[in-house]
Amino acid sequence: MDLRDGPEEAEFRATLRVWLGANVPAGLRGFRGWSGPALALGRDWSTRLAQAGYAGITWPKQYGGAGRPWRHQAVYLEELARAEAPQHLGAIGLGMAGPTIIAHGRPDQKARYLAKILSAEEIWCQGFSEPGSGSDLASVRTRVELAGDHFVVNGQKVWSSYAHVADQCILLGRSATAGEKHEGLTYLIVDMKSPGVEVRPLRQITGEAEFNEIFFTDVVVPKENLLGEVGRGWDVAMTTLLHERGTFGFALAGALDVAVRKLVALARERAATDLLVRDRVAREWIDLQALRYTNYRSLAKLERTGVPGPEGSAAKLRWSEANQRLTKLAIEIIGHEAQVADGDGVLAYWRYQQLRSRGNTIEAGTSEILRNIIAERVLGLPRSR
Amino acid sequence: MDFSFSAEQDQLRTQARSFLEKRFPAARIAELATSEAGWDRASWPELARLGWTGASIPEAQGGAGLSFVEEAIVFEELGRALYPGPYFSTVALALPALACAPDLLARVASGDLTATLASHEPGRPSAGADASRVATEARRVGDRWLLRGDKHLVPDAGCVGAFVVQARGPDGVALYLTERHDARPRVDVLDTVDATRRLGRVSFDDDEGRLLAAPPAAAEIIARTRRRALAALALEAIGIASKALALGVEHAKSREQFGRPIGAYQAVSHKLADTYVEVELARSLGYWAAWCIAEDDGEAERAAIAAKAHAAEAAVAACERAIQVHGGMGFTWDHPLHRYYKRALWIESFDRSGAAHRAEIARMLLGD
Repeated sequence: MDLRDGPEEAEFRATLRVWLGANVPAGLRGFRGWSGPALALGRDWSTRLAQAGYAGITWPKQYGGAGRPWRHQAVYLEELARAEAPQHLGAIGLGMAGPTIIAHGRPDQKARYLAKILSAEEIWCQGFSEPGSGSDLASVRTRVELAGDHFVVNGQKVWSSYAHVADQCILLGRSATAGEKHEGLTYLIVDMKSPGVEVRPLRQITGEAEFNEIFFTDVVVPKENLLGEVGRGWDVAMTTLLHERGTFGFALAGALDVAVRKLVALARERAATDLLVRDRVAREWIDLQALRYTNYRSLAKLERTGVPGPEGSAAKLRWSEANQRLTKLAIEIIGHEAQVADGDGVLAYWRYQQLRSRGNTIEAGTSEILRNIIAERVLGLPRSR
Repeated sequence: MDFSFSAEQDQLRTQARSFLEKRFPAARIAELATSEAGWDRASWPELARLGWTGASIPEAQGGAGLSFVEEAIVFEELGRALYPGPYFSTVALALPALACAPDLLARVASGDLTATLASHEPGRPSAGADASRVATEARRVGDRWLLRGDKHLVPDAGCVGAFVVQARGPDGVALYLTERHDARPRVDVLDTVDATRRLGRVSFDDDEGRLLAAPPAAAEIIARTRRRALAALALEAIGIASKALALGVEHAKSREQFGRPIGAYQAVSHKLADTYVEVELARSLGYWAAWCIAEDDGEAERAAIAAKAHAAEAAVAACERAIQVHGGMGFTWDHPLHRYYKRALWIESFDRSGAAHRAEIARMLLGD
């Protein structure tokens, strides 16, 4: 047990910190989501990350990654959060599509897609959720029909981040209507430029549009875009979701660290003598440390086993609730003024963060589903349905 | 960056758990809790032989020369087993002061000496090193120190062989050791909610003390003792919470109502899931604090306070949820849950409540 950076991590961290200091474009400092002017800078920023060796940090070298240990990815996410800089625009490609292709793809698919994920030449989005299939993913109804040398896709996907800029989509659809729900699913790579693909941005509670609906109407997908086997898409999708929670916790705790520091500054300035506020600030600080060190424990396990455990659900669950509590506390401290906060200042930051935080307990697994996962897969309780 | 235990440390945990499960099953704990002595004196030499009493004591004094991380593992497992005996008192509360004297360390390692800390006084908040709040006096008579005064809420007062006493000497608060002989000093064991860790009143009436540390060293030892005690109790709380969770899960799997195990209902399973999350977060804080103390890291104080505040509340909540999941059974004297609950409440109230600990953290973050 040693909670300090080893020599290699310390060097990686120091180099990265200097690099971030010199390279984060002014327009992306204090980043708060891929919309508006930030989006225009996204590809260039991502290409620079890749050129500096900060894309695919844990990907094997044979696929163009840096082949570094998971702890370096953790340091990368911590430092990025600390600099309030955005991740690579191709987060879905790097964190989900890429690892899924590495695990299930054929050599020609690896050659076709992986390098372009790293370089940000191609941005990916995820076509999993549907209007009728949120938490119950296995009930997806988007039709995937084999017609000779190609598939035809018809249906609607929703809550798809990056779809408005994406080049490729990982799509889970239904190829057979008989049999068990988890059977008959097929996993495809869909070119977002294909005729019949229509993306409609969804404006969210904050007023920004970070995610979208995607409509597929008689979209032709070549047979070679199949990932895994027809009817075995569920297994492939599980690989994708497993990676979603890999070192995700570090990005979350890193962002929370920034938010707690801002909360402490806000409380010092506006409510330093309020005993109730003091108690709540201390509680958020303690929870942050708890999450930080829980991540380090998960990381140690990930490095030993190579697979993220279901315990990652615990960190996501607690992070989302902590972020909701602390942003709410911030706007309480600010008072009525937070209702008219505008522009780029401190008040506007909290107004945005508080509204944005309501998505935290819904996105990437609702808190209810995460509690089911913990109850069933960690504690071994009987299934609730 | 490596937040994992070594193979040797994992082995220590496995050994501790299997020893304690065999030696102290729930029925045995219930027997001891209602016994006159409140503990099994014969268990102490066994703990010493396992190397637990001397885990962090240097090899030169017969210890294992390990660190607080190993002790942390033992604290967690002892908490899980609800071990009644003065391990917390001796190793967390007394050891930092005993470390001033190599002969005393050797006696702790060998299992010859058990001790606790006598710091609290009737009607006074916890004294720390503030001389104005310590009424117990140490007088020098020839080459001997004589102690006079009452100490209150002394953990394990009835089962230890010696007391580390905070008393006001000529230069301020110092630490003295008084060994117990012929029923002196006088000890009154109090009817304590947690019968597996009873508190007592200790009355010093010109009882002899051996000077262990004078000011200013004493103040540093008192601060270090507090950090160790808070971290140790955080670890114990984690052990207790894990056990309460395990009992709750077991019951939720086997108890059927409306034709299904009650654990299939989310009103039950989600409570248990929340307990799991809280315990895991407490565990992370507890291990962090343990590492900080072992390394004498600058964050040790904050970490220990944070860990104790969080883990104690998590343990109380874990027990309360487990009691609820057990229904009427969980409310009975015969079911072991109430003993875990009472230990959790004991821990929660030690030193300060969670709210008061958070106030300390707030002072560190926001100033006075």
